[in-house]
Formats: sequence, structure tokens, C-alpha cells
Amino acid sequence: MNILLAGFGGQGVLFAGKVMAYSGLLEEKYVSWLPSYGPEMRGGTANCSVCISDQPIGSPLVLNPDVLIAMNLPSYDKFIDAVVPGGIAVIDSSLINKKCDRTDIQCFYVPATELADEKGLHGLANNIIVGKVLKETSFAKPETVEAAMAKCVPAKKQHLLEPNLNAIKLGMSL
Amino acid sequence: MASSQKVLMKGNEALAEAAIQAGCRHFFGYPITPQTEVAAYMSKRMPKIGGTYLQAESEIAAINMVYGAASAGVRAMTSSSSPGISLKTEGISYIAGADLPCLIINVQRGGPGLGGIQPSQADYWQATRAPGHGDLHILVFAPATIQEMVDLVFDAFELADTYRMPAMILADGMLGQMMEPVVFPEKQVTPIDKSGWATTGTQCQRPHHVTNSLFLQPDQLEQKIVERFQRYAQVQEKHTRCEEYLTEDAEYVVVAYGATARIARSAVTAARQQGIKAGLIRPITLWPYPSAAIAAAAGRGAKAFLSVEMSMGQMVDDVRLAVNGKAPVHFFGRTGGIIPTPAEVLEQLQKLAGGER
Repeated sequence: MNILLAGFGGQGVLFAGKVMAYSGLLEEKYVSWLPSYGPEMRGGTANCSVCISDQPIGSPLVLNPDVLIAMNLPSYDKFIDAVVPGGIAVIDSSLINKKCDRTDIQCFYVPATELADEKGLHGLANNIIVGKVLKETSFAKPETVEAAMAKCVPAKKQHLLEPNLNAIKLGMSL
Repeated sequence: MASSQKVLMKGNEALAEAAIQAGCRHFFGYPITPQTEVAAYMSKRMPKIGGTYLQAESEIAAINMVYGAASAGVRAMTSSSSPGISLKTEGISYIAGADLPCLIINVQRGGPGLGGIQPSQADYWQATRAPGHGDLHILVFAPATIQEMVDLVFDAFELADTYRMPAMILADGMLGQMMEPVVFPEKQVTPIDKSGWATTGTQCQRPHHVTNSLFLQPDQLEQKIVERFQRYAQVQEKHTRCEEYLTEDAEYVVVAYGATARIARSAVTAARQQGIKAGLIRPITLWPYPSAAIAAAAGRGAKAFLSVEMSMGQMVDDVRLAVNGKAPVHFFGRTGGIIPTPAEVLEQLQKLAGGER
């Protein structure tokens, strides 16, 4: 499964990608995580490619994702046409007020940023969307994602583990 | 390996951690994208384990600090990216001329000049032909995965010490920035005895040891170089490494290293599914170069070779030398920081098989 996560710097796009990749690792899959680090980062958008596979991963650069996570309008505009037919896109509809007219992919509109603020999960829209992707694709077992989150939240910030897990659960309930 | 021992780690950080586990306690660096995490990791870890992390005033200073530390017999390293490696070449030549071991990491970016910051393999010529002035070689390793980056750091230090020559890990921005699962080998590193030459102070108990690259008498200098090349010949004989994939019956042999080899491998697999007898030779050491494996594939009747690189065509020279006219050698590359796609490489293989090239 090739996943492309894209949004603004600070939305936790790279972190969300890491949680997904770590989940794959814990289930003994081949995984890779590749961030953008070029001039586009300086322009305020961040994206990362995550591959989870039963086979060794060739190119870790995802140009045509099976799963697109779009967390801002420039990312949506840039990548929505790149999603492979039959793929899915999970779109933060709090920040992207467009609807996709492609009929060959499935789009899920999640007002993740607003939900995060409402539910006291400020800044965790990223993991609400990961929860939604988890529900729609089963890229890993829910308990594996929980274990991966524990690995990804730094030791000094363990108090943030629970809100992050709550964000995943909220995403899965949508 | 059980997943509990696996960690997800960035290539640059994995290189640094592997060097520490291989016994390196002396790192001298200078920041440059896309390798800065090597230095950043060292700056955090080295003070905690009694090592030395020093951010030099320039790349030139850093390599000369490596020269000094290596003279004293410790495992020393520096890391940089392409423009910074150019600055280091004088020092690398001096270190080679003084028969000292060290590790240099090049996380390549696009050149020439300041170029760009995206992945590239355009320093192949520099690494394998002229890592510095004079008659010299350095060991050049080309990892293709984060795990291999870790494993090759251990090998690089060991071979550098054994043969008293600099070693380089030639990576690129993609490998440096990406994360993959990695397991650190629980190796006990046995230090190689350097007491016969390291400049550690005589305590008035023995004659001075001298590390030096200046030999003004031509006959003396020639003798030094000839001796050094006898060591190089041993390295070529014993330590040339490559990986072959589906080459036994291959009609079309792709040769690619590092990040590009991963992409080429996907293309070869896809070509096989279409009935094209493709194979891949992946050099793991770029110096010494696995010419024999390529020559053997040519001898088995491969119809054509294709060198795939992130450059305008540099390693293709070595493929041509190895094939030695037995088959046509083609090239496909992207440069300037563009990563080739498996589809592009597959298209090249389809053209070869269809007689279009």
C-alpha cells in the first residue's frame, strides 16, 4: 500500500506517516517513510511517502498513491489526480472546501481540524484522519497502531499518548 | 529478527548510530543538507559516551581534524554532502598519502557547484576516480537500504583499518532522509592493533612514529605508492562485492547502485512479468568495482546492458570497461535531483527487448 500524506508544516503530516510506517514494521511488513525536504517545505507545505508491503520496497517515493491524505488545499489540488483508480482520498474538509468529481476513487470528507478543536484534541487532526484511514483500509490492526503510537510519541511527551490514541479512535468512529 | 529489535530510523541517523557502535568516538563535521542529521545525531550522542563531537569552522578543517585523529590511531569520521566533499578532497588525498584509515560519508545532492539539495549520484566519478589528487584509491561503499547503511559502516571501518586507507559511504539524499526498519548487529568490535604506527606519544620508550605524505625523493615516493597499490590489489581480490538478481539467464542486464538499484529492481521484476528476461547487478562496492560479475554476465550471452543512474552517465564507464565490447552498453538517467521511476526504467527495458535501442 502506497500512501501520500500532504499538508502544511505543523499539522503533523510527517508524524502521522511515521505512525503508519511503524504499524507496518510491528506487523513484520516491509515499510519505508520518505519526507519531502526540498524548497516546497520552505513554502509551507510538507508531505511524506509511506509504503507498507509484503515485498521489499523499490522506490520509496510515492507518485501515485493508493491512499491520499490531504490536509490543505494546495496538497489536494496537487495530488488528487495522482491517486490510482480504485484508491481512496481522505480529505480534511475543515480546510478544503472542494468536492472531488472523480468517480474512480473513493473520497472521504472529514472535518478533522474542527473535530479536533471541539473534542479537546487540538492539533491532532492528523491522527483523526489516520483513524479514518485505518477504518477504511485496515492497513494494520487497531492494537498495532496503538503500539506504534507508543513508540512514536517521544518519552518526554508520554502525557500526549492518550490524546493521540483518542484522536485515532475518534477517526475510526466516523 | 524479532520486531522488538527493529527500529524505524532515518538513514542519516542510522549511519551515525552505526559508527558509534563500530567504535567511532571522534566525529568532525559541518552542516549541509541533506546530511545534517548525521552531525546532529553525533552532537547529541557523543558527549554522553565520552566521545568527541566537533563542528569545525569548515569542511576543510573537519577533514584535517580527521587526519589528526586518525594519526593517533582512533576511529575517526566526517560526513558531508557533495559540495562539502569537494572541499574535503585535499585532506582525503593527504590521509591516503599518509596511509591512514578513516570514514567519510557523502550523502549526495545535485551538482555541480551548489547545485540543489535533492538526491543525486553525480559524484561517482569523484568518489571512484579522483577523491583527491595523486595515485590513490579509497574504499567506496554504496548501500541501497537503511539496514545496509548500518552494516556497511562496520565493514568500512574494519577494512579501512585493515588496509590503512580511507573509506567512503556513498549515499544520497533519498537514503539519508528516508526511514526504514533497521536492526543493529550486536557485534563486539575488536580493535585492530595500531601500536606499530599510531602517533600516541613515545613516553621516551620507543622511536617516534611519523605520519606524513611528503616524500621528496622520487624513488622513495615511487616505492611508497607501489607498496600502496599492492595493498589495493589485495582489496580488489578479496573485498569486491555486488548483489545479483535474476541474472543467471538474463538477456538484458541492468546495472545500478544505491537508491537507483531499488528502483531498477522493481523495473526488472515488472519486466520479467512481461516475459522480458531482465536481471540486475547491484555493485555494493564501487571501488573496488565488481567488473568480474559484469564480465561474467556478458560471457553468458547477455544481449545488452543498461546502466541506470541519477546522473548524466558516470558509472556507465565502468560497465563498458567490464563488458569490454561483448555487448552494447546503454544508459538511462535522471539528474539534478529527479529520482527515476520504475516505469521509466521498465520502458527502457521494453525498448531494449523490442529492438528499439
